Amino acid sequence: MGLRTPLFQTHVDLGARMVDFGGWDMPVNYGSQIEEHHAVRRDAGMFDVSHMCVIDLKGAKVRTFLERLLANDVAKLRIPGKALYSCMLLESGGIIDDLIVYYLSEQWFRLVVNAGTRDKDLAWIRKHAASDGVEVNERRDLAMIAVQGPNARAKAGALLPAPDRARALALDTFFGAELTRLFAGRTGYTGEDGFELMIPAVEAADWWSRLRGAGVACCGLGARDTLRLEAGMNLYGSDMDESTTPLESGLTWTVAFERKERAFFGRAALEAQQAAGVARKLVGLVLEERGVLRSHQNVVVAGIGEGITTSGTYAPTLERSIALARVPRATGTRVQVDIRGKLLPARVVRPPFVRNGKSLLTP
Amino acid sequence: MSNIPSDLKFSKSHEWVRVSPEGIAEIGISDHAQGALGDLVFVEVPESGRRVSVGDACAVVESVKAASDVYAPVSGEVLEGNPALTETPELINQDPYGAGWLMRVRMSNSAELDSLLDGKAYEDLLTSDSH
Repeated sequence: MGLRTPLFQTHVDLGARMVDFGGWDMPVNYGSQIEEHHAVRRDAGMFDVSHMCVIDLKGAKVRTFLERLLANDVAKLRIPGKALYSCMLLESGGIIDDLIVYYLSEQWFRLVVNAGTRDKDLAWIRKHAASDGVEVNERRDLAMIAVQGPNARAKAGALLPAPDRARALALDTFFGAELTRLFAGRTGYTGEDGFELMIPAVEAADWWSRLRGAGVACCGLGARDTLRLEAGMNLYGSDMDESTTPLESGLTWTVAFERKERAFFGRAALEAQQAAGVARKLVGLVLEERGVLRSHQNVVVAGIGEGITTSGTYAPTLERSIALARVPRATGTRVQVDIRGKLLPARVVRPPFVRNGKSLLTP
Repeated sequence: MSNIPSDLKFSKSHEWVRVSPEGIAEIGISDHAQGALGDLVFVEVPESGRRVSVGDACAVVESVKAASDVYAPVSGEVLEGNPALTETPELINQDPYGAGWLMRVRMSNSAELDSLLDGKAYEDLLTSDSH
């Protein structure tokens, strides 16, 4: 038996196909993952993401601490509620995790980190928070439901009491707010608009039921993966890990070098890597023929060398297969991928593959 | 529990066989198999005229999650692969024992059917396998 979220029994009762995901018993689909994917792109779908870890950081020096801890710069967070996507790095420049940080007040920032890395993230954070006297509080009392899609905010908002509804619907993209009974962030991992709702664990089943009643489709991890890959979003553990830096993971844009005096973990290693020339890059691939790209497939780059796919899937909105791959820096627009012993041609593209529910691919 | 029609025979690798009086075997994958694979996106069926022996990998079903070989439950000559599966592979998910048939084979040795499982034995297999 794996770890279970407060919604485990709800998923079982709904007939979900359950799988082990990094030690957690999670729903992979409730029927057809392709239908669940389409529901999010066209209407509204929801995901139980309670296995992810919410960490509240409090104290007078939280901001100072985060300026050291994170590769992105919390100086960008000046308006209460604003959120930032960042990597957290080792001194080697390798990625410990990717996360979202919310600025709630000068004395209170909130992190949301991945489920599979929660123990090592907490150990690292606690170790380095000590010298700034920052209080680290893992919020095991919270469950999290991500409601995503063009109609997600309207459907979820309608379930909130009037003053909360107005505040929630007024949130700009990448802002969050603590409401009367829950926290709502206008964030997500699908490329669609929506909320990530952090609610008391004891209320999770009730919220799931009311959202279903409002016409939000139940969606599992299968759809979550096809949606995020179409949206060009990395998955920690697949597309990057402690052996890769942000510069070779398509995440240079998340590293803030601008303030020269800001010493963050991994800065020196990244600057050295930039000076030497970054040897590899993370690119998007589109398979030209029938077949499915998956992770750990060899990529052949004629005249240059080899790479490897890091994530791959059949993309329901595109009706073809896509992947992310780590390849030599000089790789151009065409490669071949070894799929079960056959070399198939693939086109190199810059992610994302889908925006606003529509394909970005030129035929 | 997945659906298991009583008039079919099954292999341990989750293929089913429906035999016509003329000795034609219609072959597909079971309801359990399609559920485990998830949404199917590509299917490769064998061409007419191909000879298969029992246990040969003769078709491929590819879902979003994984690609899986289909093994011939009987020997014989392939009469046709299901042409509808090129455009609509999800027929296998929707109707695995009907419209989602994979191929029709003229059997060369009907005694091979005795080695297959009947519905009850297949159900027992699934129960003992499940965790």
